[in-house]
Amino acid sequence: MLAWTIYISFLGALVLLLLPKASVASARILALLTAVAGFAIALTAFAQHRTGEMLTVVRAPWIPSLGIEYHLAADGISLTLLLLTGIIAISGILFSWNIEHRAQEFFSFYLLLIGAVYGVFLSYDLFLLFVFYEIVIIPKYFLIAIWGSTRREYGAMKLALYSFIGSAMVLIGLIAAYVRAGAKSMALGDLAQYPFPLHFQMWAFPLVFVGFAILAGLWPFHTWAPTGHVAAPTAASMLLAGVVMKLGAYGCLRVAMTLFPLGLLTPWGLHVLGLGSWRDVFALLAVIGIVYGAMVALVQKDFKFVIGYSSVSHMGFVLLGLMTLNQIGLSGAVLQMFSHGILAGLLFAVVGRMVYDRTHTRDLATLGPMNLNKAIPFAAVTFVVAGMASMGLPGFSGFVAELMVTIGVWRAFPVLTVCVGIGIVVGVAYIWRAMQKAFFAEAGVESVTPKPPLPPITFPERLGAVLLIGTSVLIGLYPQLLLNVIVPALNSPLFDGLRKGSWQ
Amino acid sequence: MTAFPWLTVLTTVPVAGAIVLLGVTERNKNLARVLALAFSFLALVLTLFLWHSFNAATGGMQFQERHAWIPTLGVEYHIGIDGLGLLMLLLSSIVVPIGMIASWQIQERVPLYFSLVLFLQACLFGTFTALNFFHWFIFWELSLVPAFFLIKLWGGPRRTPAATQFLVYTMVGSIALLLAFLAIFLATGNFDFIDLAALARNGHLMPDVIAKLNWHRFTPEHLTLIVFAGAFLGFAVKVPLAPFHTWLPAAYAEAPTGTTILLTGAMSKMGIYGFLRILVPIFGAEMQTVLTPLLWLAVVTIVLSAYAALAQKDLKRIFAYSSINHLGYCLLGIFAVVKFTGGDVALTAEKFAAMNGVLLQMFNHGLTAATLFWFVAMLEKRSGGLRGLDDFGGLRKVAPVFTGLMGISLFSSLGLPGLNGFVGEFLIFKGSFPLVTWATALSVIGLLATAIFILGILQRVFSGPLNETWTALPDLSTGERLALAPAIALMFALGLWPQLVLGVVNNTVIQMVQQLRF
Amino acid sequence: MIAIHNAQLLRLALPEVIVVLAALAVLAMDLLFLRERSTRVRFTIASAIASLGCAGAILDLLLASRQANVLDGMLVANPLTHLVQIALLGMAIVAVLISVDSAFTEHVGEYVLLILLATVGMMFLVGSQDLLVIFISLELLSLSLYILTAFDKRSARSSEAALKYFLFGGMSAAFLLFGFSLLYGLSNSTSLARIASAIGNQHINDPALNPLLVIAIVTTVIGFGFKVAAAPFHFWAPDVYEGAPAPSAAFIASASKVASFFIFYQVMVVGFAGAEGNAAWSHVVSGWVPVLAIVAAFSMLLGNFVAIVQSSVRRLLAYSAIAHAGYMLLAIVAHTQQSLAALLYYVVTYALATLGAFGVIAVVETQTGGEWLSNFDGLSSRAPVLSACMFIFLLSLAGIPPLAGFFGKFFLFASVLTSTPGSLGLLWLLALAIALSAVSLYYYLQVLKRIYVASPSPEAAGIQVPIIGQAVVVVLAGAVVLLGCAPHLLLRWILEAIRASGL
Repeated sequence: MLAWTIYISFLGALVLLLLPKASVASARILALLTAVAGFAIALTAFAQHRTGEMLTVVRAPWIPSLGIEYHLAADGISLTLLLLTGIIAISGILFSWNIEHRAQEFFSFYLLLIGAVYGVFLSYDLFLLFVFYEIVIIPKYFLIAIWGSTRREYGAMKLALYSFIGSAMVLIGLIAAYVRAGAKSMALGDLAQYPFPLHFQMWAFPLVFVGFAILAGLWPFHTWAPTGHVAAPTAASMLLAGVVMKLGAYGCLRVAMTLFPLGLLTPWGLHVLGLGSWRDVFALLAVIGIVYGAMVALVQKDFKFVIGYSSVSHMGFVLLGLMTLNQIGLSGAVLQMFSHGILAGLLFAVVGRMVYDRTHTRDLATLGPMNLNKAIPFAAVTFVVAGMASMGLPGFSGFVAELMVTIGVWRAFPVLTVCVGIGIVVGVAYIWRAMQKAFFAEAGVESVTPKPPLPPITFPERLGAVLLIGTSVLIGLYPQLLLNVIVPALNSPLFDGLRKGSWQ
Repeated sequence: MTAFPWLTVLTTVPVAGAIVLLGVTERNKNLARVLALAFSFLALVLTLFLWHSFNAATGGMQFQERHAWIPTLGVEYHIGIDGLGLLMLLLSSIVVPIGMIASWQIQERVPLYFSLVLFLQACLFGTFTALNFFHWFIFWELSLVPAFFLIKLWGGPRRTPAATQFLVYTMVGSIALLLAFLAIFLATGNFDFIDLAALARNGHLMPDVIAKLNWHRFTPEHLTLIVFAGAFLGFAVKVPLAPFHTWLPAAYAEAPTGTTILLTGAMSKMGIYGFLRILVPIFGAEMQTVLTPLLWLAVVTIVLSAYAALAQKDLKRIFAYSSINHLGYCLLGIFAVVKFTGGDVALTAEKFAAMNGVLLQMFNHGLTAATLFWFVAMLEKRSGGLRGLDDFGGLRKVAPVFTGLMGISLFSSLGLPGLNGFVGEFLIFKGSFPLVTWATALSVIGLLATAIFILGILQRVFSGPLNETWTALPDLSTGERLALAPAIALMFALGLWPQLVLGVVNNTVIQMVQQLRF
Repeated sequence: MIAIHNAQLLRLALPEVIVVLAALAVLAMDLLFLRERSTRVRFTIASAIASLGCAGAILDLLLASRQANVLDGMLVANPLTHLVQIALLGMAIVAVLISVDSAFTEHVGEYVLLILLATVGMMFLVGSQDLLVIFISLELLSLSLYILTAFDKRSARSSEAALKYFLFGGMSAAFLLFGFSLLYGLSNSTSLARIASAIGNQHINDPALNPLLVIAIVTTVIGFGFKVAAAPFHFWAPDVYEGAPAPSAAFIASASKVASFFIFYQVMVVGFAGAEGNAAWSHVVSGWVPVLAIVAAFSMLLGNFVAIVQSSVRRLLAYSAIAHAGYMLLAIVAHTQQSLAALLYYVVTYALATLGAFGVIAVVETQTGGEWLSNFDGLSSRAPVLSACMFIFLLSLAGIPPLAGFFGKFFLFASVLTSTPGSLGLLWLLALAIALSAVSLYYYLQVLKRIYVASPSPEAAGIQVPIIGQAVVVVLAGAVVLLGCAPHLLLRWILEAIRASGL
């Protein structure tokens, strides 16, 4: 049943391509229905699947001579991210309701991307996972290059190349692991159990991890993220920040860390600048990402760049959570993936759709005098709520997630906790600064009434915003909903290799 | 325990009010005001009911509710009140309607304004009833948001920097506090204040922290102090304690006066409450270790803020510094109590006195400061926004009732015997003097300076020759008099019969002091 | 040496015979009956006959499962050669079909004849393990291709390209012949198997390579390197790809590549068995493997980086072809059964995608008068189906799943690593290949960007897409997708053929 999330999205994409040119409205509705159906399937599966353990969805031989199978399976982590994908897909379509230019193609690429993302989260066979992982790149490129804004072709190409270079690194590692393990199977479980020699893991782990982490915005490989986000149309930014960055983090956890736990855990035997293992290195990079992303967001002039860099900062929490290697940190990382997906989606929706599509500027200095909190109060309120959630104010999903990650960090890298604290504080500052500059006129500055008057916020936008805020609050107040399936998934045998390390 | 969840209901009332108000359109200003006031009175009635049903004889936690929430994080929905919590609930319920009445003349986005006020009240209730760090922190942090916007959207000309400064300071403090608590959670797997206090009392807490945090580069003493410093910073900013106070005058001055009432009357108590509920029970030993610097901080706060108030020209800024000063006494009392722990039976009476004084002072300051700012609001309404010390003069002649009632409040703030301010300060000084003589003695300078600036206000605003501008200044209307009457009456009542409060909180205080063992 | 009856020999060479007959029929038909008709009609009839001939040959190959090795490898027939021959015939059909709507020549009969003759050359080339036959069929192939390149007499570029092709081709043939003669001198035989055993014997006696053998290896690699357009023997490729008529270029880029790679593999692996050496990092042993490894690395680097700066789509495809030649050489470097399978899978799917891309280019060229990147601006709104197919072809070339090119790369790379069991010595080459394939995405996306992102110039008219051309392209695109989603369809066949052929 769960496999239909993939099929239905691809099918929707195909049908949209075949629709007659004029029927923009039906294209939207069809896309929305497809996304809703996908979400409904994911939600049903989530509701039925209470244990969080790995359950096979589909399993059929695919390329028998290479031992490659068409094997889809889901555990609590996948389910969490599937839900996220469903929600982001729906709200992304709601926020793209105003797309008129080549709408069929737009929604077709959109659904193709969604289907591939579902595919990555469901794949158990790593070949299959890689296939879906790469499919994601192409629609992403075209969504940005065709429907984007500022320097769209540059941003799109940069994003595509970064993704492709990342996946090339992953591919090298995967092929090497596959061959090393006897070239008999690409199933995650089989490879995870194969005892790769230590020296092999020592180079394969960083290779594959960085390959995935590029997409997760690991500093210093994050530079695609702000330009890509800024160039992308609203729905694509939402998808990029909402789910595509999660693909990277998911890959890090699901592939790099399960396959090569020794590469992660084993000390090098020497210390370089106080770093003794890959774990230290990536934890440090993640923290730098948190602080650096926040600092850079603090000085941006373009509203969307603020959010773009905030994504880098927040994804740093995910990667840092992964590096803590304790249950609370890892569950926090997964929760943060979900939370950041929702919130980044919401922020991009406000900036890209509610503000930019109306005012046609994202320059904070130009937006300020418009006093948008009077002109489009709904956008202001949404941004304030989203910003509060994003800065980790309690009661929203971001708080619980960052809380859990930070607890994990206290245990694993106490020194870094202080840096994390700084990152959070700067996070508050840049959100607050952006909010003030974008929505509230400075006292003493002559406020300008935009002409013609800005169109009011439409119903689909309201619906999308409410959906995302509601989800964030729900998870913020009752995170156990997701933790119930995440924690057992992390305790499954798949992570045995990691657990031997410092898992507590 | 399936008793009726009174406390949850109490917190829900203002939330419901806030949501209802959001549905009111901009034009129905009066509807919004009346609705808001109705909800705040409903909350007051509920609080009075709790006050009535509270069993003062035991003094322990009552009206408890405890439900599993996030088992993975050891988070429970655990709320309850003892005398301290109850007192704070009552104070909030009194201050919020005062703030609302003082904001009656707000004209812009009225529903939103009152909605935020109610939301702030909900956060206050939540903070004062929560017994689990998790949701306590939720309310603690969320309270910033309405406060920020109240300053930001309705404040004076320099509101933006003031609001931002307020937010950033408190946020930094909060995050330090959060990190400290995460460290504790890591060691204990527990977020429950009661449980943590018990652990600390038995001497298990800090050894656990030291054992579980593999922070090799620091000695255990330093480690515990660092954790303590994080938590301390969070509360010290909120109270505020010098040198973390610089956000306060700007925020109080720029906020609309109705909001300032809330800030000083209720929100500043969150900090003291945090000291009493969290810092003292959990970090008592660490506080004792660094007691001397802490006392110095308290003394500096008291003295400096009093002198700073002397130097101000703006009534709101004067009262802002006076707030710092008054809350400084509370901290002095708390630090004094922490100095001796365990078996010093001889000093028990002093400790009870000081602690009772702290609680009383919290309530009194809330009441008095709120009333004083209320007067400022009424003065501003009459003067068209002017509130400088030198803008007036001789108001006694045109507005005698105004002068009289405000004089009472000023004397209450000064600590004149017979009025409420006296009892609290007296108890604090009485209790603290034997415990920390030098600090208490130094603090007396603050008292003197306070007397000077308060008398200065009386002289320059109300007496002397009448400033010609204000010959037509109207006196208090009947409605205003009626509204003020309960507050003034309460000042007298508490001044003459402090047992009204002490009777309820005394047993709680005894327990708190007795449980200070480390 | 086994005596063989003439009839049997004819029976064995029946597919080639059918194609030759078809070629003659085309020529006769065109010259005798169709002189007065329009080019289009002549092309239609000629390509119909040619397709029928090729289809007949395919049918014969499919039905008659023969295993034969005549005259010590002069003519070899086994499931593997059949498979490759079928693929070649299929590509010939496609090449003929996409030329139906072109108007670059009036010598229709000759054109189709040459394509078929080249096909025959390739079929013999594939079905032989003897140096002489290999050389002769290679010449038959090459000469046909030189003329095919020059066929557009109106275009100076076409002639220039043909001349370059011819000169370089002649030179490389000389190298090849020189190498072959040395081999003959070393082993007294033209049969690959005998040469191998001779070399192997020497090698056992004297671990250092015979200098003559070294020269033979180098000249052979140069000769074949030219055929497969591997750097640094690639100079003809960009000009030919750019100058030749589109169907010719498509044919050169696809079928010729398949045949050349197959025989390259055979010559190196069978003929130089025993002189492989090792290209593993830090275990380099001299032999032909390290030579090829270097050529492969150089091709990948040069092809990918030079392709980035091209503004002509055909030249871009030419440099990408050089890069792909580099990837495919990896399979020869690995020289295992599995890598042969990977090579065949790769080269066939690569050829399909290239044919398709040239099919699209042919249409765009005739309709817009050029094949510069700018001619593709906004193609998606003018010819959506064609654009979608180009999308599939280019992404398959870039190695994006789920298209055939991706699985080809994956399988190829996996087989390269598997070739050195227990160690990952060829990983450096693999890492280079994968990293460079990331680079390749850039220039493929440049083309796709023109098609999908750029808006068409205002004066651009709609594009009339010829039905046959579109049908062929769609079928090819379908095949690329199908082989990508279900690689086992082809892979199973290849693996079985290799097993049955006992290689």
